[in-house]
Amino acid sequence: MSGDLQFDSQGRLHHFLTTEGLDRDTILQILDTAESFVSVGEREIKKVPLLRGKTVVNLFFESSTRTRTTFEIAAKRLSADVINVDTRVSSTTKGETLLDTIRNLEAMHTDLFVVRHSRSGAAYLVAQHVPSHVRIINAGDGSHAHPTQGMLDMFTIRRYKGSFENLKVAIVGDILHSRVARSQIHALTTLGVPEVRVIAPKTLLPTAVERLGVHSYTDMRAGLDDIDVVIMLRLQRERMESARIPSEQEYFNLYGLTTDKLRLAKKDAIVMHPGPMNRGLEIDSSVADGPQSVILPQVTNGIAVRMAVMAIIMGGKAQEEMPAKRPARRHA
Amino acid sequence: MGLVIRGGHIIDPANKVDGKHDIFVDDKGFVAAVGNAPPGLEVTQTLDATGKIVCPGLVDLRARLREPGLEYKATIESEVRAAVAAGITTLCCPPDTDPVIDTPAMAQMIQQRAWRFGLAFIHPLGALTRGLAGERLTDMEALDDAGCVGLSNALKPVTDTLVMRRALEYAASFDLTVFLQSEDPWLHGSGCVHEGEVGTRLGLPGIPEAAETVGVARDLALIEQTGVRAHFCQLSSARAVAMVTEAQGRRLPVTADVTAHHLHLTEHDIGFFNTQCHVLPPLRSVRDREALREALKSGALAAICSDHQPHEPDAKLAPFGDSAPGISGLETLFPLTLKLVDDNVLSLNDAIACVTCKPANILGIDSGHLSVGATADVCVFDPQEWWALSEDKLVSRGHNTPFLGWELRGRVTHTLVGGQMVFELDQKAEN
Amino acid sequence: MAQELRPLLARNPMMIGIHTGGVWVAQRLHDLLKLQEPLGTLDISFYRDDFTRIGMNPEVKASDLPVNIDNRHVILVDDVLHTGRTIRAAMNEIFDYGRPASVTLAVLIDRNGHELPIHADIVGHTMSLNKGQHVKLTSDSATSEGALELKVQEAGE
Repeated sequence: MSGDLQFDSQGRLHHFLTTEGLDRDTILQILDTAESFVSVGEREIKKVPLLRGKTVVNLFFESSTRTRTTFEIAAKRLSADVINVDTRVSSTTKGETLLDTIRNLEAMHTDLFVVRHSRSGAAYLVAQHVPSHVRIINAGDGSHAHPTQGMLDMFTIRRYKGSFENLKVAIVGDILHSRVARSQIHALTTLGVPEVRVIAPKTLLPTAVERLGVHSYTDMRAGLDDIDVVIMLRLQRERMESARIPSEQEYFNLYGLTTDKLRLAKKDAIVMHPGPMNRGLEIDSSVADGPQSVILPQVTNGIAVRMAVMAIIMGGKAQEEMPAKRPARRHA
Repeated sequence: MGLVIRGGHIIDPANKVDGKHDIFVDDKGFVAAVGNAPPGLEVTQTLDATGKIVCPGLVDLRARLREPGLEYKATIESEVRAAVAAGITTLCCPPDTDPVIDTPAMAQMIQQRAWRFGLAFIHPLGALTRGLAGERLTDMEALDDAGCVGLSNALKPVTDTLVMRRALEYAASFDLTVFLQSEDPWLHGSGCVHEGEVGTRLGLPGIPEAAETVGVARDLALIEQTGVRAHFCQLSSARAVAMVTEAQGRRLPVTADVTAHHLHLTEHDIGFFNTQCHVLPPLRSVRDREALREALKSGALAAICSDHQPHEPDAKLAPFGDSAPGISGLETLFPLTLKLVDDNVLSLNDAIACVTCKPANILGIDSGHLSVGATADVCVFDPQEWWALSEDKLVSRGHNTPFLGWELRGRVTHTLVGGQMVFELDQKAEN
Repeated sequence: MAQELRPLLARNPMMIGIHTGGVWVAQRLHDLLKLQEPLGTLDISFYRDDFTRIGMNPEVKASDLPVNIDNRHVILVDDVLHTGRTIRAAMNEIFDYGRPASVTLAVLIDRNGHELPIHADIVGHTMSLNKGQHVKLTSDSATSEGALELKVQEAGE
């Protein structure tokens, strides 16, 4: 695929923009490194000096307290200096473009930008236009990707299920608008999960979703059959206004995860949700707080996984001068 | 005071000329003879076209010059220079300037600006409805008198079907051609890419094929009802092309064109959010591109246009959906058309016809041919020269093109408008 | 080495090996001295001073200190003491776990080339090598039973 600029000329991870195109070894390296960071989080002093003297800017054009907090903690545990910029209320509302904002912050010798933006492709745009020593982590761009969330979900699945080779995983809900679902799908298929299902009414399924390597179901009961991992997605309440679903009640009846529906999955199936949850809309409280739920450990793992991603992309290569890569161009 | 283009291979599809001939131009800028020197013409200037092809100057069905209204993107002057450097001698511009071309004064102003530079001819399209608002009709007959070659609502769909019917009926009363960019605005919604595999992968909102087919279906029904002569601009999907082909089979007076980029690119060229591939209608699937090529072969699609839309660099430096759609296409129109010959889609004769006499016929203008007595708008090109498109070679103010870096074959060396040499490739600067 | 360490047993020391060679040596010493508490292991990847040059070790292992080290006498074990930078990193990491009463450094090989004011308390062998040469401990299996072998390598090998 042309234009994949998250790798440097030697194929090493330079930015972290999407789980698409990562090879299995890279994903496993991230998961293994994250395991080591989990023990750091359990120590008296939870810091390691890896990113001492580095500046990390959390640049959030879309608010998300939780994601921003886990990135902030991750960067601080790596001893980096962290600055949070909430641009939703600052420069961009004054007509400054996304790139202007980046250039201004870059002038403050930033080493890593963690970027969250409401538009698909925003992190790619930024990665294309920063000098080669600056790294970018995509903390969610539109409906495109949220790769660190995808990785922490893989981390959680591996912790509970051991390996990926024999799993059946179902992702339920608003697949169409979900950057989390896309990042999970690419990671799961690369890790060799033999069956990934997406479950939603057709109004919330993207066209040609099967081309991502998944099976689609409109009937949740059929889709949950024999499943090892159930991932519930958040449903934005605006979806009713765009005529994608008729009512909350109908949605909950058909696609809300209840103990009753969960019984159709394997007995030891785990339930995940990237949060924040709408209890009573996509998930019943009895499931969210039930014995099969691993929703809270997901949050804890988020810090170790983000530390791993930061450590891997920030290490080495400092003395190399890499020309800024532009998208590869096809020859006629 | 005459000119001869000597030693070139003339291809003039309108007159079925395909062979090595000299062509003579008289002192008033008209074609005086093809073959032997006409009696009484004193030749004072000779252009050696040995090894080159001499064809009519190109006619581009749709180019936005950005003036008036968006002069920070480009001007009439900058873009007619780019046109003649690309062998294009006649341009048709849509009415979505600012102000809109919905009065005779606006139509005349644009043509006068073009005459002042004496480079390419500009034929405007007049607005179908006032301000393109889709509510009240324009003074169509007056616009016609002022030089508009047809009427169009550009990219703004007339959503009220009754207004659309009346507009088509009224245009039909005066035998005017209506240029349609048919699309259902609700199905288009906030979409910015083809609704398909790539949009799904990138999480970009899609424009379904149905947005185009629903629009074309409605407009075909109204064309049949009103009997208006209509031209569908830049069809992008296999299904819409099939519908227009079927209508032509029933002898409805409809023609259609396609852009050069839709014949060479697909949704996959977007890669990871290449905003240079953000165009409307969107680049669609490989299957759609193949159908467009087939329809060009069969003649269902009559013309290839540039759909030139120059932009300032910042317009493309935004997340994909926020970037401005459009390609600066004047300077790739001809090489991409010639590439269809290398790709075995068209013969060289047919390829040249798609950018000369056929679009001229759609516009109803006397252009795009080298008949004796015709205005000597001539393009001379070297069919064998390979060259790579780079920013420094672009004459247009807009450098927004996904074709930068492409190796292209066929390079315009000379362009004549009304017998005057308006462009000559600086070979020394090249080497 | 075990003999030299024996006098320290009175202080109920805890032993920590540094990945990877140091753990092998520590495992042997741990067995010989019949220490009761489990062996601690350190992976100093997160504390290396050359991180910005060489990047993240792709096979980083978790450090594992099974008992609280506050006020304990620590015996830190590595295979080769060369520049001293590994020991510097290991000491930093140990202090992020707590405040030991003392740290004693035991190495199998002490070679020339020290770059920091760090010296081993207990040394198996002393070697003098050329600048480009490296000494490396290898094991034919990762278990404590596996035979350990010392190899001298030329740079670039």
